[in-house]
Amino acid sequence: MTMQIAEPVSLTPPDARARAHAAAARDSLRTEPPAVRVVIIALAVLFLSVFVVLPLVLVFAQAFSKGILAYFAALANPEALSAIKLTLLVAAISVGLNLVFGLVAAWAIAKFEFPGKTFLITLIDLPFSVSPVISGLVFVLLFGAQGYFGGWLRDHDIQILFAVPGIALATTFVTFPFVARALIPLMQEQGTQEEEAAVSLGASGLQTFFRVTLPNIKWGVLYGVLLCNARAMGEFGAVSVVSGHIRGETNTMPLLVEILYNEYQFVAAFAIASLLAMLALITLIAKTVLEHHLDEGQDVNDH
Amino acid sequence: MTIEVKNLVKKFGSFKALDGVDLKVNDGELLALLGPSGSGKTTLLRIIAGLDWPDSGDVAFNGEDALAQGARERHVGFVFQHYALFRHMTVFENVAFGLRVQPRAVRKDEAAIRARVKELLDLVQLDWLADRYPSQLSGGQRQRIALARALAIEPRILLLDEPFGALDAKVRKELRRWLRSLHHEINVTSIFVTHDQEEALEVANRVVVMDKGRIEQIGSPDDVYETPATAFVHGFIGESIELPIQVEGGVIRLGDQPLALAADGLAPGASKLFVRRHDMLVGPPGSGTFEGAVQHVRNFGPVQRAEVALSGGETIEIDAPRDRELRAGDTIGLNPRRYRIYAGA
Repeated sequence: MTMQIAEPVSLTPPDARARAHAAAARDSLRTEPPAVRVVIIALAVLFLSVFVVLPLVLVFAQAFSKGILAYFAALANPEALSAIKLTLLVAAISVGLNLVFGLVAAWAIAKFEFPGKTFLITLIDLPFSVSPVISGLVFVLLFGAQGYFGGWLRDHDIQILFAVPGIALATTFVTFPFVARALIPLMQEQGTQEEEAAVSLGASGLQTFFRVTLPNIKWGVLYGVLLCNARAMGEFGAVSVVSGHIRGETNTMPLLVEILYNEYQFVAAFAIASLLAMLALITLIAKTVLEHHLDEGQDVNDH
Repeated sequence: MTIEVKNLVKKFGSFKALDGVDLKVNDGELLALLGPSGSGKTTLLRIIAGLDWPDSGDVAFNGEDALAQGARERHVGFVFQHYALFRHMTVFENVAFGLRVQPRAVRKDEAAIRARVKELLDLVQLDWLADRYPSQLSGGQRQRIALARALAIEPRILLLDEPFGALDAKVRKELRRWLRSLHHEINVTSIFVTHDQEEALEVANRVVVMDKGRIEQIGSPDDVYETPATAFVHGFIGESIELPIQVEGGVIRLGDQPLALAADGLAPGASKLFVRRHDMLVGPPGSGTFEGAVQHVRNFGPVQRAEVALSGGETIEIDAPRDRELRAGDTIGLNPRRYRIYAGA
């Protein structure tokens, strides 16, 4: 019996042909011709340059337009220093409060079943969906001279509105969702098994939290804190309503930028704005690093 | 340590996970809770561990009320199906966890902890993995580490929730044998949950078969296989042929055909006839209780599995030895060597 070979071809061409075929199949998945691809990418880059990069560059250009000395002189101005201090203080307070509240809320939502859970999740998102100006007005309604607690506060000589407590409250309200939002999906995904294992091994509630839960969510916590901090320092609307714009006392950096700009002090205005822009850049870089860690955490999670 | 469970009831909403469960576990026993998913076996295990609480009923360890204690005080080792290893800790720290969280008064010093962890890692034969993280281990290794971690606290009871459920078949068989010999060595009262009958029959001293939140049968592996107490147990354990029959006036009928089987002492009405696949003996046509035509034959090593259409209309699968080859189209007689009949449809 003889073997019949239907197509007497050498071994390499089918191999090469298969490879070419695979490449063609891959290309046919992206049906757009190369020219269209280039145009789309160029459009995206152009849009980003005009609307994001250009303004950022302009901020720094304006800030340094009268030279580096003028820049630092503007920052050393007592009003500017007081605004920077107030911004840092308010951010510290609201990030601290939201860290605690966010952890508690995320814990409750991720680890327990209770009626009204969906409602609570919706409520957490409220500050995102409400205009910051309204968030500020709520506090005016509560603590203003004509507000619900206004009389009582005046009698006891407690100043909330047009002072640090009011600014901190408004900022905390506006930035509440960040930490909780970063943690809820993470904690839901991780489930409760590791905690159950810890408890059955004899760990107390606190030991379980600090040795098991917290290490597992630390990158998520940092991520939430980072975004919360960026928003807290940059918040304008809510703070503008409750601050009273008292110079050197209740002006945060964003408020001072507006005031200085309206007074045609461009170098000073943009010098402070450049600090906020730098905060944004640092936040972006830190965010990228943290997201990398969060992804790694997920890989570890596979069963 | 003995465990006694009395009239345990647990509902999740309107779903009854446990519906009046009574169970006694002897000291040093290796007991299997066997049942399909949703039968309540994991819920029972979690209640014994203190990770869940019953709506009513009692749990006692050595006669002491266990429900008065939280999971932390019960001193129960728990092994989870998905291991639940602490992902941010090394294998060593995972095993050491239970020793490190002990109250200061009874906590061992660092050297003693190290010695104990080393001992446990030797016991599970994974001492060379001490510095790895759980994500760097295979499933079988993770489960052995989880077991070492649970044993570190010298538990009074060891509970294993589908311990091999997430592993592939080969590793599962190895670990089964290993668990059995380990239990022999440490001899701590153990309960493990499984839906795999082979696993339960091979590993356990006693098997508890559960269905729909109730215990169907408690017995040795031989008992539950040879003398199943209920139709469910017969159908669930081992491969069974199930035929719906009618008992009327001392005669058993399949459809409208009377069967040449003794009906002594059977309650009249709809019943179920159970025969193990290999207990259905093949003979020449006209010689058996059943007549049928072979539809399809597959060979599994020493046996041939044949699909047979009975003359009454039912189709069954039988396992026959390969001394006489069956072929599709053959007409054969079938005689059950052993069978059991359970009343009720």
